[in-house]
Amino acid sequence: MFETFKILDHQGKQFIPVLDNAKTPSVFRGRAEISDAPCPEGCTACVDLCPTDAIQLNPLRLDHGFCVNCNECAASCPADKFKFTNDHKFATNVRERLIVYEGKSTPIRIDQSQIRKEIQSVFGRSFKLRQVSAAGDNSTEMELNAGDNVNFDMSRYGIEWVASPRHADAIVISGPISQNMAEALEIAYQATPDPKVVILAGVDAISGGIFAGSPALDRSFLDRHKVDLYIPGNPIHPLTLVLGLLELTGRLKRND
Amino acid sequence: MNTAIIKNNTCIPVANIPVMEYEVFAEVVTHLLADKNNHCVAYYGYRLDAENLKFICAIAKDNRGDIVMLSYELDTTQTTRIDSICPGSLTLQMYEREIAENFGIEFFGHPWAKPVRYAWNRADKDKVLQNYPFYRIDGNQLHEVGVGPIHAGVIEPGHFRFLCHGEEVLHLEIQLGYQHRGVENLYLTKKSLLQRTVLSESIAGDTVSGHALAFCGVTESLAGFEPDEQLSLLRGLSLELERIAVHVGDLSAFCTDVAYQLGAAVFGALRTPMINYGQLWCGNRFNKGLIRPGYNPWAYTIELRDKLNSVLDDFEMKYREMADEMFSLDTVQSRYEKTGDVTREQMEMIGAVGMAARITGIPRDIRASHPFGSYKTLKYIPELQQGGDVWARGMLRHDEILSSIKYVRDLLDKLDLSSEVVRAVQPRVHKLEFKPNMFSISLTEGWRGEICHSAITDENGEIIHYKVKDPSFHNWLALALAVRNQEISDFPICNKSYDLSYCGFDL
Repeated sequence: MFETFKILDHQGKQFIPVLDNAKTPSVFRGRAEISDAPCPEGCTACVDLCPTDAIQLNPLRLDHGFCVNCNECAASCPADKFKFTNDHKFATNVRERLIVYEGKSTPIRIDQSQIRKEIQSVFGRSFKLRQVSAAGDNSTEMELNAGDNVNFDMSRYGIEWVASPRHADAIVISGPISQNMAEALEIAYQATPDPKVVILAGVDAISGGIFAGSPALDRSFLDRHKVDLYIPGNPIHPLTLVLGLLELTGRLKRND
Repeated sequence: MNTAIIKNNTCIPVANIPVMEYEVFAEVVTHLLADKNNHCVAYYGYRLDAENLKFICAIAKDNRGDIVMLSYELDTTQTTRIDSICPGSLTLQMYEREIAENFGIEFFGHPWAKPVRYAWNRADKDKVLQNYPFYRIDGNQLHEVGVGPIHAGVIEPGHFRFLCHGEEVLHLEIQLGYQHRGVENLYLTKKSLLQRTVLSESIAGDTVSGHALAFCGVTESLAGFEPDEQLSLLRGLSLELERIAVHVGDLSAFCTDVAYQLGAAVFGALRTPMINYGQLWCGNRFNKGLIRPGYNPWAYTIELRDKLNSVLDDFEMKYREMADEMFSLDTVQSRYEKTGDVTREQMEMIGAVGMAARITGIPRDIRASHPFGSYKTLKYIPELQQGGDVWARGMLRHDEILSSIKYVRDLLDKLDLSSEVVRAVQPRVHKLEFKPNMFSISLTEGWRGEICHSAITDENGEIIHYKVKDPSFHNWLALALAVRNQEISDFPICNKSYDLSYCGFDL
C-alpha cells in the first residue's frame, strides 16, 4: 500500500488541464506554411520530391489530405518556402480547408456553419466512437488510443471509445481502406444507429497516403458516405484528435 | 556443397546464387535446418517470365553470422506441383503457403495448405476471405467462437476462430489478410527513394525504425554505400528508443488485461515521455522521417543528448518502482504464471523469431547473431526467459527495457556530436544508383523480432522484386499454440503479451 502511494506521488498530476493551451515543441511537424518568397526560375524541386503528390503548382499549394509530413519539401526548397509549423490544431470538416496556399498562413479550422445541426444537439455532451482500422499501420491507432490515456484523457468530456458500432455515435476510420476490409467497414457503418458521424483519422484514411493508387485498396465507402471530420497527420497527434472532436461537437468555440 | 555465403546487409550477384534441381534444393535445405543454429530468413519466388519462376532461399547460420544462399527454378508449363519440404522442417510452412498463394504452386504433403493474406494479385481469385477453410471438429459438446475482423478495442483487424469445449480452447485458428495494402508491389510502382522510404516506415507504424533500418540496409548495400559509425549509432538509438516505448506501452496493456488499474495508468503515462522525445528530435512521436538511406536528416545536439539523459533518469526511476510493485503482486503473478505457455520445442518447430523465441530460452536475436549498424561496434547480449508463459513475456519486456536503457546510455557515450553526420550538415540523398543484377538482404531486430527485407535488381539496376518479412509472419502461430488448452477468457492477455502485427503480416 505504501509503495502504491509513493508511485502515485511520483507520478503527480498527469493530465493536461486545458488541452487547448497544450503546446507541441517547435520541431513538431504539424500544419505547413508556404511563404511568398519567389521561386527560383523553373524550379520544381518540391513537386518532384513529394512522395504523395501533395504539392501542386499555379498556385503553389500543399494538401494536408495527401501530405505525409516527411519534411522533404521544407528541407530541400532552395528558396526555403516551406515550413512545417508546430500548429497541431488543423482538424477540419471541410476537405478543401486542408489545402495550404502560398503566402497565406491562416490556421485550418472547422467551419461551424457546415456542421450538421444534429451533431451538436445530440452529441454535444456525450460522443461515443467506434474505431475501424481499415488497413491502418497501427501508428494512428496507437495515437487514437492515446487520446484517452491519462495525459489527454478525452473521456473527461464524455468522448469515449466503445466496443460495438451499436453503441456508437461515430465511426472513426484509420488506414487507406483495403479491399479486404471494405465489407467489414460498411457493415460496421450500417450497424451504427442514426444520426451518425464519419471521421477520417490520418492521411492514409483521407487520401490513401503513401498507399494511394494501390490496386489492393477499395475506397468506395467514401463515395457513398459523407465525411464529417478530417484529422490530418502521419500519424495523427492526440491533440489534433481531441481538439477536433471538441470543436465538432460544439464544446470548443473559436473566433479566429 | 555448392552454395554461396554472404553476410547481413550485403549483396551478391543473382548469378552467383547456385541454382539447384528442386530435389537437391529440398535435401540441402532440410539438412541445413536440421541444425538448430540455422534458420530460414527468406524463401520466396519471383517471375523470370510468363512461364518460369525462380525461388530464392536464404538460411541464416546464427552461430557464425553467415547467410547461405540457394535457389531453384521452375518451369510452370511442366509442373506446378512439387513436394513440400515441411515434413522435413515445419519452419518453412508459412513460406510455402505464401508461394502457393502467390503463384498457384501446390506443395504436395504440406500439413496446413491454407491461404495466407489474400493478396490482390494472388493466383486463385476464387479463394476469398469468406470461404477460408477453417479447421473443424464435429461433436455436440463443442462450440465455435468467432471474433473479428473488427475487435472490441482500438486495434487492427483480423479474425480469430476458437474451437472450444466449454471454457477451454481446443484450437485457435487465426485468419489474416484484412490489412493487405499491396506493400511489396508498391515498392515497384513507387520508384523514388523517398516514396520507398516512407512506404517502409508505414509497413508497421509501430515498428518505424525497425523496417526503415532494414530498407536502408537493402538499398545502401545495393548502392555500395557504407554507413559510418556515427550514422549507425543514431539509427541504433532510434531503434532502441522505439523498443523501450513499445514495451512500456504494452506493459500497460498487460495490466489492463488483469484489471490492475495503477499499472495500466502509470506504464501508459511512461510511454509518453519516450515518444515525446522522438517528437523533440525529429518532430514525430513515432520517429517517422528520422531514418533515411544515405544520410542523417536530423541534427543531434548537446541539448538533445542532455534531454535524453534526464528523460531516461526520470523514466528509469519511475519505471523501476512501478515494475517492482507490479511484478511482485501475487494477484498479477497468479494471472501470468503458467498462462498461455509454449515450449522451446514448439517454438523451434515453428521457427519463431524475436521475443516469441527468447521467452523459451532460444537465443535468437539478430543484434547478436548477425550484428548490423551500431551492434557491430557496441555489442548487445540478448535477454532470455525460459517459461514461455505470459509471465516470461512480461519479464522479457521488463529485462529488455532495462538493457535497452543501458545500451542507449553506452551509445550516447560513443556519439561524437561534432561529426558532420550527427550535425546533419551533409547533403541530402534523393537518389541512389543500384548495382545491376544483384540480390540484397538486410536483417534487423525490431522490438517484436527479426525483420527481413530483400531486393533483386535487373540489368539496369532497377528493383524488380522487393520482399518484406515481419516477425509476425512466423509468430502468429505461436499465439495460436499458446492458447491451446487455456481458458478462452485468457485470450486477451495472451494476445496482448505477444502484440503481433496485423499489417506487418498482411503487407
